[in-house]
Amino acid sequence: MKRHFALGVLLFFGFSFPLHSEGFDAARHKMVEEVLADTGATSSYSGIPALSPSVIKAMGKVERHRFVPTALSALAYLNRPLPIGHGQTISQPFVVALMTDLMKIKAGDRVLEIGTGSGYQAAILAEIAGAVYSIEIIEPLGKEADTRLKTLGYRNVQTRVGDGYYGWSEAAPFDAIIVTAAASHVPPPLLKQLKPGGRMVIPLGTQFMTQYLMLVEKKQDGSVTNRQILPVAFVPLTGEH
Amino acid sequence: MSRPPFIAIGLLSACVLAYEVLLTRLFSIVLWHHFAYMIISAAMLGYGASGTALTLLKEKIASHFGAVYVMAAAALAVLMPASFLLAQQIPFNPLELLWDKTQPVKLLAVYLLMMLPFFCGGLGIGLVFSHFGKQAPRVYAFDILGAGAGSLGVIGVLFLVPPQQVLSVLAALTFAAAAIAVVELKLRPKWLMELFFGLAVLAAVALPGIPVQSSDYKDFSQAMNIAGARVIEERTSPLGQITVVENTRVPLRHAPGMSLNATSEPPPQLGVFVDGDGPSALTQFDGNLAPLAYLDQLTSALPYHILGSHEQHGPRVLVLGAGPGSDVLQALYHHSAAVDAVELDRNVTGLVRQRFRDYAGNLYSRPGVHVYELEARGFVNATDKRYDLIQVALLDSFGTASAGLYGLSENYLYTVEALQAYLGRLTPGGMLAVTRWLSLPPRDTLKLFATAVSALEQNGVANPATRLAMIRGWKTVTLLVKNSDFTASDIAATKEFCRARSFDLAWYPGMRADEANRFNILPQPYFFEGAVALLSPQRQDFTDQYKFYIEPATDNRPHFFRFFKWNAAAEIFSLREHGGMSLFDWSYPLLVATLVQAIAASVLLILAPLALSRCRRTLPAAPVALYFLAIGFAFMFMEIAFIQKFVLFLSHPLYAVAVVLCAFLVFASAGSWLAGHCQSARWQAANKVTFAVIAMGALALFYLAALPQLFHSLIHFPDTAKIIISAALIAPLAMCMGVPFPTGMMRLAGTAEEAIPWAWAINGFASVVGAVFATLLAIHLGFATVILLAVLIYGVACAALKSFA
Repeated sequence: MKRHFALGVLLFFGFSFPLHSEGFDAARHKMVEEVLADTGATSSYSGIPALSPSVIKAMGKVERHRFVPTALSALAYLNRPLPIGHGQTISQPFVVALMTDLMKIKAGDRVLEIGTGSGYQAAILAEIAGAVYSIEIIEPLGKEADTRLKTLGYRNVQTRVGDGYYGWSEAAPFDAIIVTAAASHVPPPLLKQLKPGGRMVIPLGTQFMTQYLMLVEKKQDGSVTNRQILPVAFVPLTGEH
Repeated sequence: MSRPPFIAIGLLSACVLAYEVLLTRLFSIVLWHHFAYMIISAAMLGYGASGTALTLLKEKIASHFGAVYVMAAAALAVLMPASFLLAQQIPFNPLELLWDKTQPVKLLAVYLLMMLPFFCGGLGIGLVFSHFGKQAPRVYAFDILGAGAGSLGVIGVLFLVPPQQVLSVLAALTFAAAAIAVVELKLRPKWLMELFFGLAVLAAVALPGIPVQSSDYKDFSQAMNIAGARVIEERTSPLGQITVVENTRVPLRHAPGMSLNATSEPPPQLGVFVDGDGPSALTQFDGNLAPLAYLDQLTSALPYHILGSHEQHGPRVLVLGAGPGSDVLQALYHHSAAVDAVELDRNVTGLVRQRFRDYAGNLYSRPGVHVYELEARGFVNATDKRYDLIQVALLDSFGTASAGLYGLSENYLYTVEALQAYLGRLTPGGMLAVTRWLSLPPRDTLKLFATAVSALEQNGVANPATRLAMIRGWKTVTLLVKNSDFTASDIAATKEFCRARSFDLAWYPGMRADEANRFNILPQPYFFEGAVALLSPQRQDFTDQYKFYIEPATDNRPHFFRFFKWNAAAEIFSLREHGGMSLFDWSYPLLVATLVQAIAASVLLILAPLALSRCRRTLPAAPVALYFLAIGFAFMFMEIAFIQKFVLFLSHPLYAVAVVLCAFLVFASAGSWLAGHCQSARWQAANKVTFAVIAMGALALFYLAALPQLFHSLIHFPDTAKIIISAALIAPLAMCMGVPFPTGMMRLAGTAEEAIPWAWAINGFASVVGAVFATLLAIHLGFATVILLAVLIYGVACAALKSFA
C-alpha cells in the first residue's frame, strides 16, 4: 500500500526518472505532434493552415531539454512554458513554433532576436535562417545562453548582452525580427532595421501566458501593417463555433 | 486565579489582528494583493482549529491553564516572523498555478504555515473563554476591543515603519502580552515575567527587519534583473511601498502602446513601482515640450485633437490617478490652460514635488497645474469646478491586468455611478476619456463601453450612440464619452488622428463596418461588433452570450475586472494548455479554490478531530451547532459587506478595512459588555438576541436605503470627519452584533461548559468559510444582498437559540 502511495505521489508531482537520449527523442517527437495538433486547431485564427516543413524540422531537431534547468529536464518536452531563472521563462513550444512560422524565414535570411532567454528560440531560428543575432538584457542569462549555443555548435548565432532598444545596427537590415522581451512600445529603431518586406513578431502577455501575437509587416514603401493573432481556438460568443 | 487576564488578552488580540492586517500588506509586496482573502481565511482557520484542540485536550490543559496560556502567547510571538519567513521559502508561483501540479500543494503549504500563528493566538483566547466561561461578555469585550485597537493601530504604525520592521514590533508586543499574563494570572516562577519582557526588548531591539522578497515575476523584480538598475528612493505607507528605480545603462522607456508610426523616443525616465507593480514613469522635464512628442503618439491623446479643433484656448483638464505625472505632461504638451491632478498617495506626489522636483521640472508646481492628494471619486463629488476633459489615467500595469489579477478587487473608478459623476463635472461639449490596456478577445473595454452606455441612459440620454467614440491601438484602447453629441468636426479629427498613427476606429456615431479593423487587424472586428451590439436592442442577448462577464459595473457590484463566467469556464479551462491560458481570469477561480481549501482544511482540522473524539458523546444538541455556525457566518457577511461599502466613502480599501473593522470590533465589544450587564429575568438570553437581531435588521435596511445618499453628501468631508462619521454609523449595528456570541457562550457556561471550546471551533469554522463566501456572493449578487442574507442568518440563529436557551 505504501509503495502505491509513494508511486502515486511521484506521478502526481510530475517527477519522473531521468530520461535517456532515446527517451528525450521520443518525448520531443510527441511534443511536435502536440504542436502540430494545436496549430491545426487554431489555423483559422492564426492564418497558418499548417507549420512549414522547415519549422517542423527545427522543432523536431532542437533539444529543448538542453535549454531548461537540469532539474526540469524531465519536463522539457511538455507543451508548456518553464521557468529558467531570473524571472524569465522558456516559451511554450506551440507559441515558439507559431512565432517562427509567422516570420516566414528562408535559408540565408538574417534574423534579429531581442530577448535571448535560454537561447531555445535562437536555436530554432538558427536551424532555418542564415544568421541569427540575439540580444539579452539580463547578463547572466545572456552569458549562459551564449555558452550553451556555442557548445551545441550553433555557429550562425551571435549573441550580445545589453540594451536591445537600438537593435544591432552593424548587422542590419534584417529580414525578420522577434521581440520576446516585454516592452511598453515597439522601439522605432527596430522598425528602421527591418528590411522592406520584412516581418516582426512580438508576443504580448506575461511570463507563462501569451495573450496575443503581433505580426508587423513592413511594406516596400516603408509603411507598416499589424496583425494581432490569438494563439487559441476561441470564439468569444456562444453558438458561433 | 479568579480574574481573567483582561489586559493580556486585549494586547494579544490586538497583536493577532495587527498581524493579520500586516500580512495583507506583506503579501501584496511578495505576491499580489488578492492573497488577502487567503490570509483572512487562514486566520479564522487557525482560530477554529484552536477550538478543536481545546475541546480535545480540555481535561489535560485545565490544570495547567496559566502555563499553556503564556506558552501559546510566546509561541505566537515566535511564529509571527518565523511563519512568514518560512512561507517565503516555499517557491509558490501563482502564475504557474494551472501549469504545475505542485503549485496548489505549495499554496496549501503557505496557507497552513500562515495558519500557525493564528492557531496559537486562538488557543490563548479560546482558553480564557473556556476557563472563565461565566465572564464571557467581559472577556469578549477586552478581546474585541484589543482586536479593534490592533487593526487600526497597525495602519498608523505602517505610516512610520516599513512593514517588514512592524513584524518585530508585533513579536515584541506579543512577548509583552505573555509577560503581562504572568503578572495578571500570578504565575510562578516570577522570573517568567522577566524572561518574557526580556524577550520583548530583544525582539524590538535586536530582531532585524525580515527580508521581504518579491516574486521573480513581479515587474519590480524584472526591472532589477537588468544590468545597471538601482533603487534610488523607497517610501512606505499603508497605501503601498513605493520604489523608484533608475537605470542609466538601459534606460526605462515607458510609452504604453505608442504608435508604430512614431519616430520619437521618450526622454530619460525613472520607474516608479507600487508594491512591485508598474512601472509608472517619472519623466525628465525641463520645460521644453519637444521631447514629449511621444505623448502625442498614444491613443489617450485623441481628446486633445478633438478639443483642439474648436477650442480657442487650451482645455481645462482633470487627471484622475495622476501618479508621477505622465498624463499631466501630456496635457501640458497639448497646451492645456489648466490641469488639476488628483492622486491619492502622498508618497507618489511627494516624489514629484520634493525628491525629484528638479528632475521632473517642478511639474506639480508649474503655473496652471494643481495637485489634489485625494481619492478620485471623493474629489469629483466634492468639486464644483467644470472641465473640458477628464482623463482617467492608465495606472495599473499591463502584466497584472492581462494576468487577470484584479478580478476580485472592487474598483469605484469604473462604475455607472462614477461615470455619471464624471459627466456631471464636464463643461458643455466636454468629454471623459478612459484608456485601458487592450485585451483579446476584448473584456474590460467592452465592459467599460457597456458601463458608459448605462451611465448615459441613466442620465436621460435617449441615444447614447451619439455621445460615444472608441479607438484602439495595438496595446491600448481609449473610450471617449461626450456630454453632447459628437459633431462632424469631432469625427473628422478622430479619423485623422487614427489615420496618422495607424490606430483603429472602434466606434463613432455613424461608423460603417468597413472602416473598422484596418491597421491592427484582428480575425474579426471584435471591438466594433461589440460596440454595435451593446448599442442595439439586442444588448442583453449579446451580454448573455458573450463568454466574458461584461455587465456594467455598479457601486453595488464594483468588481470591474471580473470577467469570469461559469458557463465558459469548462471551455476556457480545456484550452489552457493550447494557447488559452490568458483567457482564464484566474483570480476568481483562486477565490473558489480558497473556499474549497478553507472548507477542506476546516473539516480536516476542526470537525474531523471532534467527530473522532470521545467528546462528541457529551456534545449538546444540533441547535447549539447551528447557532454558533449561523452567528459566525452572519458576522462575517455583515462585516465584509460593510467594509466593501465603506471603501468608496473612505477612499481606499485599507482605510476601509482598518476603520470599519475597528469600529465593528470596538462597538461589538461595547454591545457584549452591555449584554453581560443585562442579567435581569426580563433579559433572558433569547430575548436579548431577538432584540439585537430585530434592531440589526432595521438598521441594515435603513443603511441599504440611506447610505448611498449619505455617502454622496458627506464624501467631501475631511478624512478625520469621515472616520468619525463611519464609526458613528457602524456603532449601533455593531453593538447589536456584539450580543449573540457572548450570550450564547454564557448560556453554555451555565449548562454545558465542556461545549464552550467546541462552540468556539464551530464559530471559527463558520468565520473561515463565511469570509470567503461573502466575497463570492458579493461578486455575484452585490453587497446589498449579502447584508440582507446576514440579517436572515441572524434570524435563523435567533430561532436556534430559542430551542436551547
